[in-house]
Amino acid sequence: MAIERVCVVGGGVIGSLYAAHLARRVGVCVLTRREDHAAALRAGGLRVSGKHDFTAALDATSDPGELGPADLVIVATKAPDVDEAARRLAGRFGGVPLMTIQNGLGAEEIVRGHGERPLISAVTFMSGVRHADTHVEYELDTETWLGPYAGTIPYEQVEEVRDLLVESGLQARSFADLRPAQWSKLIFNATVNTVAALTDLPHVAQFGARERPTDLGHLVHDLMDEGKRVAAAAGVELHEDPWEMNVLAVRKGETEAAAGKYAHVPSMLEDVRSRRRTEVDYITGALVREAERAGVPVPLHTAMYRLVKAREEAY
Amino acid sequence: MRICVVGCGAVGSLFAGHLAQLDDVEVWAYDLSAPHVAAINREGLRLSGAADLVGRVRATADPSELPRCDYGLVATKSMHTASAIAATAAAFRDGAVCSVQNGAGNEEVIAEHVEQVIRGTTFPAGHLVEPGHVAMDTRGDTQIGPFEPRPAPMEKVREVADACTRAGMPTHALEDARGAQWRKLIFNAASNPIAALTGFTHGRIAELGPTRELAEAVMAEGKAVADVQGIVLDSDPVELFHFAARKEVSYDHKPSMLQDVEAGRPTEIDFLNGAIVAFGERNGVDAPLNRALTALVKGLEGSASA
Repeated sequence: MAIERVCVVGGGVIGSLYAAHLARRVGVCVLTRREDHAAALRAGGLRVSGKHDFTAALDATSDPGELGPADLVIVATKAPDVDEAARRLAGRFGGVPLMTIQNGLGAEEIVRGHGERPLISAVTFMSGVRHADTHVEYELDTETWLGPYAGTIPYEQVEEVRDLLVESGLQARSFADLRPAQWSKLIFNATVNTVAALTDLPHVAQFGARERPTDLGHLVHDLMDEGKRVAAAAGVELHEDPWEMNVLAVRKGETEAAAGKYAHVPSMLEDVRSRRRTEVDYITGALVREAERAGVPVPLHTAMYRLVKAREEAY
Repeated sequence: MRICVVGCGAVGSLFAGHLAQLDDVEVWAYDLSAPHVAAINREGLRLSGAADLVGRVRATADPSELPRCDYGLVATKSMHTASAIAATAAAFRDGAVCSVQNGAGNEEVIAEHVEQVIRGTTFPAGHLVEPGHVAMDTRGDTQIGPFEPRPAPMEKVREVADACTRAGMPTHALEDARGAQWRKLIFNAASNPIAALTGFTHGRIAELGPTRELAEAVMAEGKAVADVQGIVLDSDPVELFHFAARKEVSYDHKPSMLQDVEAGRPTEIDFLNGAIVAFGERNGVDAPLNRALTALVKGLEGSASA
């Protein structure tokens, strides 16, 4: 079955990037929280700048009751807002594949709590900057990885979604089992994000330094090791070694810094600097919960979790 | 008796000002702050708050001006111990030098330059009001004892303790002062880095589940490291931690490491959690949470200077 209509829930950076690109190929409707946001999108379309440059015409509404039929739903809210998004969708789009793209683990189960439907797990590495309700800058044109969630959908349908994303100009890759990739990113994120949030350091060379015993790289390495032990106990064979991902990212960051570009500020550090609620419950919190389930002690991730929760409390 | 206070900041000034009240003690102060030194020499060292006195203290920033001294009291921040004692060691050729600093590891540094060393832990606190003037915020006891690898004789420990006590700074001479030092170290190593990383006051750390549980886990590691060295703590740091969290005690206190981080200054992390890690390693006990906190606070120092 060809995908002709897509409903994107959430008009933040990631939701806007999906919606605008997809609108070049298929009909798109964005479900927003604010009606003035939806009205602005209906009136002026959605502009993309940066890596790509175009303006897409699309439909939008803040009222779930006004949503027309769709062949694919993408929930692109921040992790803490997935529950509310799934509640708004309850009873709609029965049998239509729904894709979650949140950081961490557990978004699929939250959606499932509001009714069974075919689910696609996804993680995305793309990033951008939101300049206005109707203007998003496409910053990193990196991949979205997707795979079927817990046998709720045949792999062929996931491949169709991947093809659609690629045809619309985005980078995407599908996996028969996403968990190895999802867990690699989870362990990477749980470590790099919390260390950055607590030290106020962007993802810089210190994250890879292991010369002196108290160097930050040891902590990063120890946190990755704890995460890898949880993955092993959960029966997940990692797609990439998160420590190697860290070393590569730091090296790339150094090259870019030498070229005068800024160092990458992980989203949790951005959240802490802006005194926003972080996604720590869905990233490190998810890892700690998985560790408990698998019976693996994770004292360091537990400490990081507690410190970030306290940091939020102290705003 | 001639005593030189090395590092005449808040705590050093409390000792110098009190000791200068005694007729039989000549007090010198070595400090690198030129305005502080000039003010002390011009008008004496003034203490206010929990003490109210002016002491005749001879201050200098030039170590060659120091005469031979019977005792040294080192009160610098821990990261300055090495440079301060290297500069002043000649004055203590026949004397004994006592640390009244935070954390552990200072006596080891002093012993690289001085023959007779005294281990010490002090509770009183204050802050610099202006050059030559320190406010005493908290009164309290000091415990001192011979530093085992390079010990000062017990009679010297008693003599300097007696002078401090007579001057109004109650000081106890102990055969083994490690129990007091590690009790305070373990307490500080929980409260300071957690405050620095979260922005919490001491009371908030103890009040909220996540930080309280982390602090207790960090203190358990410290106790294990003390235990393996045969150190018997003079009281339970966990009890002290909860006592200090009371509204009427130190609920609103911002631990000094948080103050350092907020002011963009280097912290004493190497002599607190870093020392617990180092003494643990030397004795085959791992302290992973203390190591993690050390790395995080060092990262935080690095981002402040970046």
